[in-house]
Amino acid sequence: MTLLFVALLALFALAVVGVAARRSPWVGTAVYGGTAAACGLIGLWAVEALVGRGGVAAAVLPIGLPWIGVHLRADGVSAFFLLVVALGGVTASLFGWGYERAHARALAHHAADHTHGESGPVLPFFPLFLAGMSLVLLANDAFSFLVSWEFMSLTSWLLVLSTHREPDTPDAARLYLVMAVLGTACLLLAFGLLVGTGGDYRFDAIRQHPPEAGAAALTVLLVVLGAGSKAGLVPLHVWLPLAHPAAPSHVSALMSGVMTKVAVYALVRVLFDLLGEPMWWWGGALMAAGAVTAVMGVLYALMQDDVKRLLACSTIENIGVIVIALGLALVFKASHTPVIAALALSAALLHVVNHSLFKSLLFFVAGAILTATGTRDLNRLGGLIHRMPTTAVLALIGAAAISALPPLNGFVGEWLLFQAILNAPALPEWSLKIGIAVVGAAVALAAALAAACFVRLYGIAFLGRPRSAEAGRAGEVGRAMLAGMAIPAALCVALGVLPTLVIRLFEPAVRAMVQAGPFDDRSYQPWIWLAPTSAIGNSYNGLILLAMIAALSVALVLAIHRWASDRVRRSIAWGCGHDGADPAALSQYSASSFAQPIRRAFGGTVFNARDRVDMPEPGDTRPARLTVRWTDPAWAFLFTPVRRAVNWLADHVDALQFLTIRSYLTLMFAALVVVLALVAVVRS
Amino acid sequence: MIDIGYDAAHLLGALVLMTSFALLYQRRLFSLLNVFTVQALALSGAAAWQAYAHDEPHLYITALLTLTLKAIAIPVALHRIIQRLHIERTVEPALGIGLTMVAGVSLVTLSILLVLPVTENATALTREDLALSLSVVLLGLLMMISRRNAVSQVVGFMSIENGLILAAVGVAGMPLVVEMSIAFSVMVAFIIFGIFLFQIRERFETLDMRKIESFRGESD
Repeated sequence: MTLLFVALLALFALAVVGVAARRSPWVGTAVYGGTAAACGLIGLWAVEALVGRGGVAAAVLPIGLPWIGVHLRADGVSAFFLLVVALGGVTASLFGWGYERAHARALAHHAADHTHGESGPVLPFFPLFLAGMSLVLLANDAFSFLVSWEFMSLTSWLLVLSTHREPDTPDAARLYLVMAVLGTACLLLAFGLLVGTGGDYRFDAIRQHPPEAGAAALTVLLVVLGAGSKAGLVPLHVWLPLAHPAAPSHVSALMSGVMTKVAVYALVRVLFDLLGEPMWWWGGALMAAGAVTAVMGVLYALMQDDVKRLLACSTIENIGVIVIALGLALVFKASHTPVIAALALSAALLHVVNHSLFKSLLFFVAGAILTATGTRDLNRLGGLIHRMPTTAVLALIGAAAISALPPLNGFVGEWLLFQAILNAPALPEWSLKIGIAVVGAAVALAAALAAACFVRLYGIAFLGRPRSAEAGRAGEVGRAMLAGMAIPAALCVALGVLPTLVIRLFEPAVRAMVQAGPFDDRSYQPWIWLAPTSAIGNSYNGLILLAMIAALSVALVLAIHRWASDRVRRSIAWGCGHDGADPAALSQYSASSFAQPIRRAFGGTVFNARDRVDMPEPGDTRPARLTVRWTDPAWAFLFTPVRRAVNWLADHVDALQFLTIRSYLTLMFAALVVVLALVAVVRS
Repeated sequence: MIDIGYDAAHLLGALVLMTSFALLYQRRLFSLLNVFTVQALALSGAAAWQAYAHDEPHLYITALLTLTLKAIAIPVALHRIIQRLHIERTVEPALGIGLTMVAGVSLVTLSILLVLPVTENATALTREDLALSLSVVLLGLLMMISRRNAVSQVVGFMSIENGLILAAVGVAGMPLVVEMSIAFSVMVAFIIFGIFLFQIRERFETLDMRKIESFRGESD
């Protein structure tokens, strides 16, 4: 693990450099370059650990609490998630370097403009954030896990606060802090239950003495709340669409693409590893939560007009899909069909790496759009495909991948998930047989809506005509940013075409968690075909699919050119067919109008969405106006009432500060008498 | 012999409890101090009787300590304080006398209901003693919150201590260290309260808590 420690120490050292040399011009290059190198080292170590020796390595560091120290251990699961973190770190460093330079230039350009105020520091916290996430993955005792978890939360919170001059950021950061504290409190209690009365906080000791049924059930609930609030499970997701977009784009990519995966790691670690033999209803609860999260997440995403906020909402949907796969794996593990559990867990882990790739890519695209146009509002974009052609191609790959189109990686992940879902009839419980079918329908709905969502994102932002002057003036971004986007885009294609390689790579992780691999009951496995076992004879071959799609596309394009483009077209004189110059370009589809059918179909019931048309009287020259109102059910039914109750309680408890000494004595006396009376009642 | 020992201990313990009730309805400071003296004497007698009946000589020390401190030193000192400060000799209870007595009776009922089932395995004397001393403690607390005068709050506080000592005496085998510490804590509390009374008197020229409370920074 020496290599790993060197990389982690380098990350801490880079934070010091980021503070010490913050005035020098080379500091950005040094910190981002160093971070990319350190993450590269971590990634190499993870691959070597996964391929070489199943990934188990352990160490005890004599720091931290006296006589306890810090226990670190990397097994297959840790190594796999480390790889995800490292990939995100490398690309985000590369992109962030270009992004910050472009923004520094823009800032120098607008020096007189006071709205572009100086932003807070990003450099020192960026490597620390990555180090914190890596330490969570490596922790092998409850103390170091919680400390690293909190470290990760706080560094990401500081990164969100770096844009504190923007009007929405302070509220978003405060909400994030509250949710992070709540989540950590839940995890703290969960680990307390896991440790029990033994008092040994090492994971090895917890593994040997799993808690009994009642405590285990409570632990599951607390872990789902704690890790779920970080990952974005509905209804604990409310901070994601606010806090993720508030950070600088490369940090948003890390928070959305990678930090949510660390939360998934916490779920996997506790539910599959520390808690011992699972009960089937744990998986059922996870699947229910995941199904609600997936559908709600994508519906939220369809409502958003802000590019980065839309991406953050889509993260909620993908987390839902991952959690469904984890729930399936738990159910199958509990019913002693480990091969199918391995299939479901493989689907979950594959979707973890997939989502980290395409969500990073899409956040980078959002960052590139922000750099080029200065806006994140979809309704002010348009036509970027002509002005940012390379970005447009990379964005198309990302959008297609996240919409689960073959032969890209998103499709493979969801294909595996559906293979696992189709195995539901093998389960003994009838509630699960039916429930999993419902969950499968929810996943299908979410996938279809996600496709609509990204057609909308890509179509509004990149196609059509510019909806604002800034979009019309946009230009292609720098090479560093393009490279940062190109790496995940290339990996999206590669994983889609050759998924077996990565599934083989994380097989040690799957084996460690469910004691079986996805390919166990098949003796021969060609590396080009993805044909897991239990997939009821189904198989997937990315190469053939790629060739088929390429051939069909070429044929289609030729046919269109041959028979459709050659025709003489006539355009009417007044130009409303957009053949000439459209002066306003406002008659195109807008982001809101594209979403209107779906908003009508789902939003009316889920979000209580209402369209209101303000039509002027005849003779009145003001424009007609269509306003859309919708309420977030999570706020309306959960958070606003809770906030009101807390405020009410605080107001009334506040009065306790101003009592007389005799009243305090009376209160104590009353409490004592009540306790004594309770004891008397209970004992008799 | 054993029967007489039980009866006498019971009688003395009951006397302490009776004086607690008597403390609750005193309207004059001097009679309050006199009743407190009676309580301390009864407690001292209870300790001495336990020492004699159970042949535990160290309880004589407890009895002596209680006698000198609680029955002599503290009442005399409080008498002098009241005289030197020209404190009004009548006290106005915050809670009506009748209501206080009702509350006191229900507290005694509560402690009997509480202690008797909990200590089923202990001897009869221990059980009765614990019930009595818990009642004395609760009545002392009730006195502290039902009076507005600082001196009577001091007396209530010390009657709580009396209840604790009664419990300590009644349970066989309680080491002397505890009693010493209790005696000292009462002493310290007395000194602190004494200083407080002087200070309060100097600054506000009253010992009525209602008038003192308006001087706190946070109220209005």
